Amino acid sequence: MKGPNADWLPPLLIGVGILALWEILTHLFAIPPYVLPGPLLIAKTFWTDAPLLLGSLMVTLEITIAALALAALGGALLAFVMSWARWLERSLLPYAIIAQVTPVVAIAPLIIIWVDDAFAALVVCAWIVAFFPVLANTMAGLKSADPNLRNLFRLYGAKRWQTQAWLEAPSALPYFLTGLRISGGLALIGAVVAEFVAGTGGSATGLAYRILEAGYRLQIPRLFAALLLLSLAGVAIYALLGWLSRWAMEKWGDGRPNL
Amino acid sequence: MTATLFQARGIGRMFGDGTKALDRVTMALEEGSVTSLLGPSGCGKSTMLRIIAGLDIATAGNMNWPNGTLETGETGFVFQDATLLPWASVWDNIYLPFRINGTSRAEARDAVEDAIRLVELDGFANHYPRQLSGGMRMRVAVARALATKPRLLLMDEPFAALDEMTRYRLNDDLLRIQQDIGCTILFVTHSVYEAVYLSRHVCVMTKRPGHVIADIPIELPWPREPAMRTSVEFAEGCRVVSDALTGKVPA
Repeated sequence: MKGPNADWLPPLLIGVGILALWEILTHLFAIPPYVLPGPLLIAKTFWTDAPLLLGSLMVTLEITIAALALAALGGALLAFVMSWARWLERSLLPYAIIAQVTPVVAIAPLIIIWVDDAFAALVVCAWIVAFFPVLANTMAGLKSADPNLRNLFRLYGAKRWQTQAWLEAPSALPYFLTGLRISGGLALIGAVVAEFVAGTGGSATGLAYRILEAGYRLQIPRLFAALLLLSLAGVAIYALLGWLSRWAMEKWGDGRPNL
Repeated sequence: MTATLFQARGIGRMFGDGTKALDRVTMALEEGSVTSLLGPSGCGKSTMLRIIAGLDIATAGNMNWPNGTLETGETGFVFQDATLLPWASVWDNIYLPFRINGTSRAEARDAVEDAIRLVELDGFANHYPRQLSGGMRMRVAVARALATKPRLLLMDEPFAALDEMTRYRLNDDLLRIQQDIGCTILFVTHSVYEAVYLSRHVCVMTKRPGHVIADIPIELPWPREPAMRTSVEFAEGCRVVSDALTGKVPA
């Protein structure tokens, strides 16, 4: 079983097998499509509804990307600020943790009321879900610098900003990138959850809204198609961030993709 | 005959929890000489080195720099690991001390390239640490420490993690470099042979709390040569130092 196909062939075969079994079972037991549509019907719906679903996907992705960008920026910046002084970390971290542990479904209605702009409100919700992994990982990364390298910087009279820019930031890079990969998935989840909460408000046309709508109208094949698209988007974000990580590590890291 | 660069009298280091790492350590470094600090693991050799470097503080005793305290860049430090920036090339690693004190790359070029030549790493300037062997990485660390033309080079078991052949070569190269530039070296090691081969003086330390129990002059001629490693005088030096280390009073 060694060869270029060995890695992806077994999971592919299992996937195809399960889909075939699913298709056969829906016919065998005559399961109506509004309960469980077969994979072929879902694929057909996916194709016919593509313009509608892709348009909604773009809306959800815009929210996700905006939230992720802000999470990367905000999380890293906050981690840097906290690393300046112990008291800063002690005063800020508890609030970051509170924001992280409070379920976003519970605070999303408030944010939607407070923030006028619907897009901005959804971005804020997704950001709250997504920023913590970047923050926590970058914090750990900033502290991970080799103690003897720190001693070396001290020996040569380095100023705080020099140690931070030339030692701590590069040491934190792989940690930051790991955090970013986790945040990518969370930003999408945050965007979808926020859309669910805001969904019936009428302004939203994201993928989550399509899922809600399809559920109300018992258009279960479309619901499945939207779900499929959402999973694909999640996988694509993860893969893209993985590629970005490797690229960044080769360019600014120690050249070794460690992820 | 030779001027004293540094003198320590009764140095003590007590940690917050009351453990004594060092107790009344007295030693001196002569300008342009190689001195070893020899002792078992955990005897406080490294702590003493860090105190001299200003990376740690003494809680007792006093230190003296008869010809003036050293300025930033006049002290070089080589750790047990090469301690290089993994994301920076050999050139950039050696440039680091200059970068910190605000010297431009153009101004530092000669010094960096001299240091590379000194440790015989010509042609490796653009390599990254991961592309080098352990011995070569250590050469980079030595080059970085030497690039600022330090008057004092502190080395904390720098070659302990290397294989014996590499270590011998680096010992010989270190002595050659020291003769070339005439800096003072304080070399921490737990190897009797390394200490005797490299040093004019071996300060032997005991454990818990660390204390210098003997300062043994090594009567081998300079410059040291590899053939001396098998000489009778070398064996005799090792015997005297070993005796001191195991608690027998030196002859």
